[in-house]
Amino acid sequence: MSLILFKNARLLDPSQKLDQIGDLLVEDGIIVSAGPNIGSQADKVENIVDCEGLALIPGLIDMQVYTGEPGDEHRETLATASLAAAQGGVTTMIVMPNTRPVIDDAALVDFIRRRARDTAIIRIHPMAAITKGCDSDQLTELGLLMEAGAVAFSNGDQAVMNALTMRRAMSYAANFDALIVHHPMDQDLARAGVMHESELSMRLGLSGIPSAAETVILDRDLRLVELTGARYHVSQISCSDSVAALRSARSRGLNVTSAVSANHLMLNENDVENYRSFAKLNPPLRGETDRMALVDGLADGTIDVVVSGHNPQDADAKRQPFDQAAYGSIGIETLLTSLITLHQSEQLDLLNLLATVTQHPAEILGLNTGTLQAGRPADLALVDLGLPWVIDADRLTSKSKNAALDGRRVQGAVIASYIGGKCIFARDNIE
Amino acid sequence: MHSESLYTIALMTVEQRDSPFQNRHLLGIHGLSAPEITYLLDLADQYVALSRQQNKKSDVLRGRTQINLFFESSTRTQSSFELAGKRLGADVMNMSIAASAINKGETLIDTAVTLNAMNPDLLVVRHASSGAVALLAQKVSCAVLNAGDGSHEHPTQALLDALTIRRRLGKLDGLKVAICGDFVHSRVARSNIALLNIMGSQVNLIGPKTLVPASAARLGGRVFHNMKDGLAGCDIVMMLRLQNERMSGSFIPSLREYYHLYGLNEDKLAYAKPGALIMHPGPMNRGVEIDSTIADHPDLSLIREQVEMGVAVRMAVLDALAANLSKSRQQDASLTEGGSL
Repeated sequence: MSLILFKNARLLDPSQKLDQIGDLLVEDGIIVSAGPNIGSQADKVENIVDCEGLALIPGLIDMQVYTGEPGDEHRETLATASLAAAQGGVTTMIVMPNTRPVIDDAALVDFIRRRARDTAIIRIHPMAAITKGCDSDQLTELGLLMEAGAVAFSNGDQAVMNALTMRRAMSYAANFDALIVHHPMDQDLARAGVMHESELSMRLGLSGIPSAAETVILDRDLRLVELTGARYHVSQISCSDSVAALRSARSRGLNVTSAVSANHLMLNENDVENYRSFAKLNPPLRGETDRMALVDGLADGTIDVVVSGHNPQDADAKRQPFDQAAYGSIGIETLLTSLITLHQSEQLDLLNLLATVTQHPAEILGLNTGTLQAGRPADLALVDLGLPWVIDADRLTSKSKNAALDGRRVQGAVIASYIGGKCIFARDNIE
Repeated sequence: MHSESLYTIALMTVEQRDSPFQNRHLLGIHGLSAPEITYLLDLADQYVALSRQQNKKSDVLRGRTQINLFFESSTRTQSSFELAGKRLGADVMNMSIAASAINKGETLIDTAVTLNAMNPDLLVVRHASSGAVALLAQKVSCAVLNAGDGSHEHPTQALLDALTIRRRLGKLDGLKVAICGDFVHSRVARSNIALLNIMGSQVNLIGPKTLVPASAARLGGRVFHNMKDGLAGCDIVMMLRLQNERMSGSFIPSLREYYHLYGLNEDKLAYAKPGALIMHPGPMNRGVEIDSTIADHPDLSLIREQVEMGVAVRMAVLDALAANLSKSRQQDASLTEGGSL
């Protein structure tokens, strides 16, 4: 029996609406209790961590992470992504199936889980593909994949263009109450497009992706959810019309949830000015009114989850003419920092923001973490909410350095991360 | 504008010139000022005179190395730059890198670094991707001249068009210029809109909504989808080339319909100001965007003159960039000396 006491912490837990100074007691990796004056009750505590008033929050759950394993390990492995995650207070990450090969078979789900167990320092759950190869109309074995440990089904950054295929996937997934996670992007409308379609794309001479490329598929999917009763989650939305569509779907009582990436909350299309390919994302960064709508959607609860969309790309793939450069940005390490910065700059409620990376993803995915409730694993992050710093991509831990937020002034830093009460990362001398 | 004193700029040494154009590269028209453009056009005017002499040779670029790096095939622009460099006495090397060669794995930046190691002074670059020339310019220590990047900019084309207009009409302000055709994919149109706006002329953009969307107006022009309305009162009618790959398929239903609605013929030209002049950046699709009788009109067509002005403008730009390069290298050298004291 091993006991750890975190004392003098500002306990923040959205799942209990908890925001107070207190202590947290962990026994054998499980939270025993959290609240004021617990320290005085606990005798025989071998290990005491004095949090000195820093925030103690549930470890983050990042619902959208791309790695290069298997197939492109030079970009990122499960192990290197987990090291970066630990630096950012992320203790659980969901990896997307767009690898080489695509995770569309039970044996591959098993492979990811074993590699995660053997090489990574945080919890990793795989999503499996909806269709074989992520680009066909043949459904994967959803039932077997679920039994193997897939937490949800997604074609990652590829959309299911065939409406009939999507309908059948949703109907079939509903058998198991499985979650369908979809990237709404009409491949035909988006064809050749590399950035948000706007005055800026016109000036830069770059082909644009209209917002309608997203809403056309989102609207279709919402109709199909109505038809099939499936559980449906939008992996990322990027524009104000999507927020409106989801708000209306919620008011009709549809069982849909959605996410936005931290980059889309922090940046807008002007960040691709001067052909800055490090800000080339999928979906693209859109206009400032879209960004503000996303912030509003987050504030009123229309958007449930914030993800990093962590997508490591090597420098050669990024340092290209804009239309040839790879999509994506890393971000797992700066996810929490981005939210704390938004809490300051947009006056968003801190507990509500934290819910989007703890409580909500846990509920959507059916995980037992993302909370400080008694009886749950002690996955924790100790955070200095006030520390200002400047993001320097070269100093981030991820194997690839393609950070869209490079150079941004931010606030809030993770001091230590814990999985099951065990410290997996500590800045300075805290353990 | 054509005063005697200006007539001798090209003969002055670098130190004697009072040039408002101090840029290290010419990557686009966007960002230039009216005095800078006027200076380059004045300089080009004199190179027109030089190019009409029997001895067309100058030695302002003697000892300089100019590399024409073309990632996209081009006949007229590349030969125009080659001739311009040679007339100024530079050693000119042409490198045509077909798209297939890039796919062998060397990135644009690798190519830039490799070429830079050969110590060129002037790098003339064309690339199929918007922004590619600016990316390359970040990685080299010589002057970079954009000879067309994707759908973004083609600054020497806009300058040569401006020179052609100025020599015929005597001014660039207060004119009404129609630009007609495939605006969306045209770097020529973007550079021309920028230049004409800077110099104080009005631009009408004409074409179907698939090729001239309403948002094009935000770049500084009025958008018309009907040629009759768009051409009304125009001094200049600038036709754009309809690229082969856009002709069939989705942007326009057929060449026949395009010619019917937007091809420039005598009937449609009648909507413009009487005596309106006709321009085209070439190569032309006769019978698609322009009728042969118009293209070859002895008084109204400026198309052949544009080609002549092209060489002069490129001489002027090469000269101006080389002069700026000399100055910056002298400054670097004096800084180094100062540091050692």
